[in-house]
Amino acid sequence: MMDMSPVGGKEGQSPPNSKKTSKKPKYSRFSQQELPAWKPILTPGWVISTFTVIGIIFIPVGLASLFSSEKVEEAVFRYDDTCLPSSDADNAVAYIKSATTNKTCTHKWTVEHKMQAPIFIYYQLDNYYQNHRRYVKSRSDKQLWNKASESDTSNCSPEDKTKGNAPIVPCGLIAWSLFNDTYKFSMNNKDLTVNKKNIAWSSDRGSKFGPNVYPKNFQSGELIGGGKLDESIPLSEQEDLIVWMRTAALPTFRKLYGKIETDLEANNEIEIVIQNNYNTYEFGGKKNLVLSTTTWIGGKNPFLGMAYLVVGGLSLFCAIGFILLYVIKPRPLGDPSYLSWNRNPGILK
Amino acid sequence: MDSKRPLLLQSPRTTNDQEFPTIPVFPELPKSKSSSSNTVTFSGVEYGQQVDHKTSSNSSTSSSKSAMSIHSMSSSKRNNSLNHSGSKKPVTVRYGSKGGGDSDGLTMSQRELRDEDARLVYINDPEKTNESFEFFGNSIRTAKYSILTFIPRNLFEQFRRVAYVYFLIIAILNQLPQLAVFGRYVSILPLAFVLFVTGVKDAFEDWRRHNSDKVENNRLASVLINDGSFVEKKWKDIRVGEIVKIKTNETIPCDIVLLSTSDPTGVAYVQTINLDGESNLKTRYAKQETGSKVQPRYTGLIKCEKPNRNIYGFMANMEIDGKKLSLGSTNIVLRGCELKNTSWALGVAVYCGRDTKAMLNSSGAPTKRSRLETRMNYEIIMLSSFLVALCTITSVCAAVWLKRHKDELNLLPYYRKLDFSKPKVDDYKYYGWGLEIFFTFLMSVIVYQVMIPIALYISIELVRVGQAYFMIEDHRLYDEATDSKFQCRALNINEDLGQIKYVFSDKTGTLTENKMEFQCASIWGVDYSSTKANIDGEQGEYSVQVDGKVLKPKMKVKVNPELLKLARSAVENEEGKRIYDFFLALATCNTIVPLVVDTPDSDVKLLDYQGESPDEQALAYAAAAYGFMLIERTSGHIVIDIHGKRLKFNVLGLHEFDSDRKRMSVILGYPDSSVKLFVKGADTTMFNVIDKSYNMDLIKSTETHLHSYSSLGLRTLVIGMKELNTSEFEEWHAAYEAASTAVFGRAALLKKISNNVESNVCILGASAIEDKLQQGVPEAIESLRAAGIKVWVLTGDKQETAISIGFSSKLLTRNMTQVIINSNNRVSCRKNLKDALERSRKLMSTFGVGNNDGAVANQIALIIDGGSLVHILDSEHEEELFQLASLCSVVLCCRVAPLQKAGIVSLVKNRTSDMTLAIGDGANDVSMIQMADVGVGISGQEGRQAVMSSDFAMGQFRFLVPLLLIHGHWNYQRLGYMILYNFYRNAVLVLVLFWYVLYTAFTLTTAINEWSSTLYSIIYSALPTIIVGILDKDLGRSTLLKFPQLYSAGQRDEAYNKKLFLLTMADTLWQSMVIFWPPLFAYWKSTIDVASIGDLWTIATVILVNLHLAMDVVRWYWVTHAVIWGSIVATFISVMIIDAIPQLPGYWAFFHVSSSGLFWALLLGIVIAALLPRLVVKFIYEYYFPSDIQISREAEKIKQYQRVAENGQIEMLPISDQQQHR
Repeated sequence: MMDMSPVGGKEGQSPPNSKKTSKKPKYSRFSQQELPAWKPILTPGWVISTFTVIGIIFIPVGLASLFSSEKVEEAVFRYDDTCLPSSDADNAVAYIKSATTNKTCTHKWTVEHKMQAPIFIYYQLDNYYQNHRRYVKSRSDKQLWNKASESDTSNCSPEDKTKGNAPIVPCGLIAWSLFNDTYKFSMNNKDLTVNKKNIAWSSDRGSKFGPNVYPKNFQSGELIGGGKLDESIPLSEQEDLIVWMRTAALPTFRKLYGKIETDLEANNEIEIVIQNNYNTYEFGGKKNLVLSTTTWIGGKNPFLGMAYLVVGGLSLFCAIGFILLYVIKPRPLGDPSYLSWNRNPGILK
Repeated sequence: MDSKRPLLLQSPRTTNDQEFPTIPVFPELPKSKSSSSNTVTFSGVEYGQQVDHKTSSNSSTSSSKSAMSIHSMSSSKRNNSLNHSGSKKPVTVRYGSKGGGDSDGLTMSQRELRDEDARLVYINDPEKTNESFEFFGNSIRTAKYSILTFIPRNLFEQFRRVAYVYFLIIAILNQLPQLAVFGRYVSILPLAFVLFVTGVKDAFEDWRRHNSDKVENNRLASVLINDGSFVEKKWKDIRVGEIVKIKTNETIPCDIVLLSTSDPTGVAYVQTINLDGESNLKTRYAKQETGSKVQPRYTGLIKCEKPNRNIYGFMANMEIDGKKLSLGSTNIVLRGCELKNTSWALGVAVYCGRDTKAMLNSSGAPTKRSRLETRMNYEIIMLSSFLVALCTITSVCAAVWLKRHKDELNLLPYYRKLDFSKPKVDDYKYYGWGLEIFFTFLMSVIVYQVMIPIALYISIELVRVGQAYFMIEDHRLYDEATDSKFQCRALNINEDLGQIKYVFSDKTGTLTENKMEFQCASIWGVDYSSTKANIDGEQGEYSVQVDGKVLKPKMKVKVNPELLKLARSAVENEEGKRIYDFFLALATCNTIVPLVVDTPDSDVKLLDYQGESPDEQALAYAAAAYGFMLIERTSGHIVIDIHGKRLKFNVLGLHEFDSDRKRMSVILGYPDSSVKLFVKGADTTMFNVIDKSYNMDLIKSTETHLHSYSSLGLRTLVIGMKELNTSEFEEWHAAYEAASTAVFGRAALLKKISNNVESNVCILGASAIEDKLQQGVPEAIESLRAAGIKVWVLTGDKQETAISIGFSSKLLTRNMTQVIINSNNRVSCRKNLKDALERSRKLMSTFGVGNNDGAVANQIALIIDGGSLVHILDSEHEEELFQLASLCSVVLCCRVAPLQKAGIVSLVKNRTSDMTLAIGDGANDVSMIQMADVGVGISGQEGRQAVMSSDFAMGQFRFLVPLLLIHGHWNYQRLGYMILYNFYRNAVLVLVLFWYVLYTAFTLTTAINEWSSTLYSIIYSALPTIIVGILDKDLGRSTLLKFPQLYSAGQRDEAYNKKLFLLTMADTLWQSMVIFWPPLFAYWKSTIDVASIGDLWTIATVILVNLHLAMDVVRWYWVTHAVIWGSIVATFISVMIIDAIPQLPGYWAFFHVSSSGLFWALLLGIVIAALLPRLVVKFIYEYYFPSDIQISREAEKIKQYQRVAENGQIEMLPISDQQQHR
């Protein structure tokens, strides 16, 4: 370029000053692209052993997790329909909304297999989009932790302030829709203790929900969404709320209700008293009560084991297939006679 | 430099130049040296002035109307000829950024400036000059920004990239409260980051420019002030119209018209290295009328053209003392040049500051867009429509969902349409069904935005910078001889180098060294070949003693001892006299300027012949070696040392070379006052002017010699002489005087005069100059052809020369069938073409049917000359020519003009989709270089114009092999893979996001948190693809050189094509599904929360895309390891950091979820299952359907093992061994 400035043209042409030093590029293995390198290639041996190893690892793991899943004892009771009195069957929404109807419901259950403590009690909601974007955003994490920012309710509308403009603690749709069914268990007319301590993550209790933040103006509006909170207990100890506020990822989810810390023997007769308060009738959501033991893969779920078995099986199948192919039709690696210009020389122009 | 080529007197290269008058013709030649300066030395000032009076009165009588008509005539003539050469090829008429051709010799002197086009400069009266027009001062500003304008202008510059605008629109959309998918600031972050980094870089560059501007503007120059004395003035204060004095070795501060110099004849030598990179000296002239003024008191008016960027042309006239003088490009000295060998020069500033030609030329090289990028844009469009499809699906589903749940929305716990907190029950954030859907659409655009890989554009730029670095630093592309590195002038077409199918090469200076060596002379019908003499070559070194000092020519020449002896012997016989005349012609009939250079030995001085034509230099050195040493040249006389005797010849006239006559002549006044005319030129035109009656045998034998020389590949010139008697001389002189002072049509008049005087010339002999093939050219051509690249050579040389060079460069082989088209008229040309086409088709078919082994014998070489091309390129026969050429394996075009070169390139470019590369070194290659997809300039002996218009520049032709076969191959493979990978990388993330949307009632909740999705393309996966794109090599250097055929992978678009794109997208679909569904099934009916499953998806995606890349890496350097595994580690760390912030809803999710075995089991399962199909397909493809690259890669690896086993054998076969692999 004709750029007169010493900076030179845009294209980085060296300035036209007369440096007499050689412009020869300095040699380095890097600049000459000669750095030492590892050059793996997909040899049949390598590939076959990879597939074999995958198969060998995956099949036992799959079997192990299937086995664990089988070992999990799980009892599921759907009660949104069974707990609905037949007289109100056509009028479920009115029934559940009414403050006067009796919502207690009893269920008898015989334990089929022995369940070892701890037995986890979950409630399971179906068709409930806790991951709806309007819903997940409707909370104020600042307010939950810090008493000073209790008026920080900007994301919480319409459950942000009372009509008197007092901030609601905890604000937002999530807290407002707090699940409020309760369960009582008794065996042989003796109550089974349900431990509701430590059902929430300790991290949430310790750093997310403030020990000096107390519920305020909660569920005081015209429209009651769900459970109420004891205003004398700080949020850090409102474990049901903390569990509920961990919004579920999927539209069918369980949430921990409590733990039974005694073993249940087979054929034990358990009476479950359910307080059916939570309104899912309006949108056809199902409610289930789940009692389950746990193993290293969590609850009862054969999916992982099956998936591992399938993947492991396919890998072994591939390995065998490749071995056969290799035996029947091997190709010498790096044989120049396979080069396209060697295979059909006539094509060369 | 434009001037150079045409000056090669013997050279027939510029044949047909008259067809293309826009090619600048020898502006350097002292054409307007005119007259006055010559007359001074010969017949005195009075005479010259008389003539000038006459001319000025002529010009004053000529009305402006006639001036205008001449102007328009000349321009219409130009247009016609342009149409003639370039019709139907709209692009052919392209020139260098310098607009090289605007004022060639012909038009310049014929054109008159119209007042409205002119700038008026009153000499030494800057006030008056700047009164009505405020011309720019001489301060320059290369800096783009000032402190105030930096932010707006820089942002404006940056947002000219469409990708950034897309980025911005997304960020703005996200600011609308209804659409805020991401946090407000998060969404601006990536854009802000990129803008900031680029801004800082720009600011730094601009700061450096500011500094250099300051230095430049504050340099000092002497300026004449009113009282006649000179004062030092800063450059920036110089104004148009001021008179500037420049001393030797000083830089010229602005464009000045010379008024006088220390040389009494007004000559000044300048070096233009800063301007065009040429280091040889150029002569500039002050007008005699101004130069003769003893007192520097000037009044006058210069009328010159408006500022333009043509550094090779200048058009103006000057009115001084009532006389009107015409000024040309030899009277102006441009800013940036340096004054050399002249103790001072005075000039008037005509263009200042940003009007100077140097500044007007400081813009960048033309930008091209690479083929890969063009193709990529097509896929980008596909991705965009895919993006739109995803958004549409999302919003349609959302619409259906809203419709179906219409009645429940009011109180739905997770929707709550009604707002009871207000006294009047209202809708809460619900804008009606239609609008909700519209918002959903926009929100999905925001969420899926990374589908368009914006980071890809930045990555590609970075990778190209890295590739350019490796090309520049490559030892194999460094030329020791010229100390020049490879230059990457266009940064955005690196990968095109890997897809070249046609190479169009110049010959002289490209295939050959353009270092001319005098080889043979045929004098008076006798052949004196120095090659015949002893091979060890007696290096003729001739020296003379001057003032006790030894003066030697700088270059040694091989001499023929017999001829040397004859030359030394006195002028006794006829033969000796002819030899004397012959060498005198060589020494004088040129435009060489001898310069005396000091050597370390103070007693020895070297004589350096500075000239614009290497041929002339070679001839002058040869003459010196035979004892005819050119010592001094001024515009008026020449001093020659003939065997120790100094003779001074007056130069009475010089008819410079032009492409019509293809010869030049000089008229010398001998000390004994006899007058002789010496002519040298191309044989074709010389034989027309030779006195045939004189000696037929002589002419015949000279012709025979010429033929044998040219079949050896030598460049030939014919030398002639004529004695002028007094009347002839007087007649010529009068005409010459009149012509050289004429204002209009000067060049045409001069040409006519020279044609008149150059007649009935007595032939002296012929010279032959060897232009050696560059090192490694035959091997390079062979490699290129083995790589499936068609090499076409386009040269201005004669057919015999071209063919012989073709053989010596292995372009032509003995078993090729030569098809020669060489005809002078349209009809025969058409017939020839048809015949040739039929013949070649027959040849092809018979051999094709016969046996496959005949493939070699089957090759056809097409040789076609410029004269035929004129008829073909113009007409409907182009198509036939193309068909014929595509049957041929070699095409050799000789005697082609520059524009024809471009025409041939466009012939191929317009008819195929193949990539073309043009390589050349001279100004005559510029149009071809710019026409081709990739232009390569050779920075050789011929100046830098080719380099300046090229995309890549290097020192030698043979570098083309490593450039294309190695770097081109790598660049293409790397970038092709990188683009595919980037599409995949972003699409995987988008699809995972999309699948989740299906489970959130189509509300675009993202499980992967906003920080992770922002960092995804910045931290999690950006660096590995860039590093791999810069460093990975599919094959080693030696393999690529050994099997040039591997290059054809790029020609076949193997690394990036639609099939690969679709395959990649199918793989993407599978992988995204494997990432998404297993966790979904495993965590169905569980307590998993959004953040935890989001973290699992994030980590799975990142590990997967990095392993995917790892699977395709061919060479693992430590950097590759570091960056791939480092990215995965960095992701884990980032996720941990994000999850350690209590204010985010996902607090501690990662630590919680990763403490379960299920998480890790899922992660392992996802990664393996997602990559399995890819591994299977890759293996089957590589093992059972191996590409050439794959086989060579295996061979490379196996050979390496063998080498280790055999304890260090020779690793490589030389390139020539490839024959056996053919």
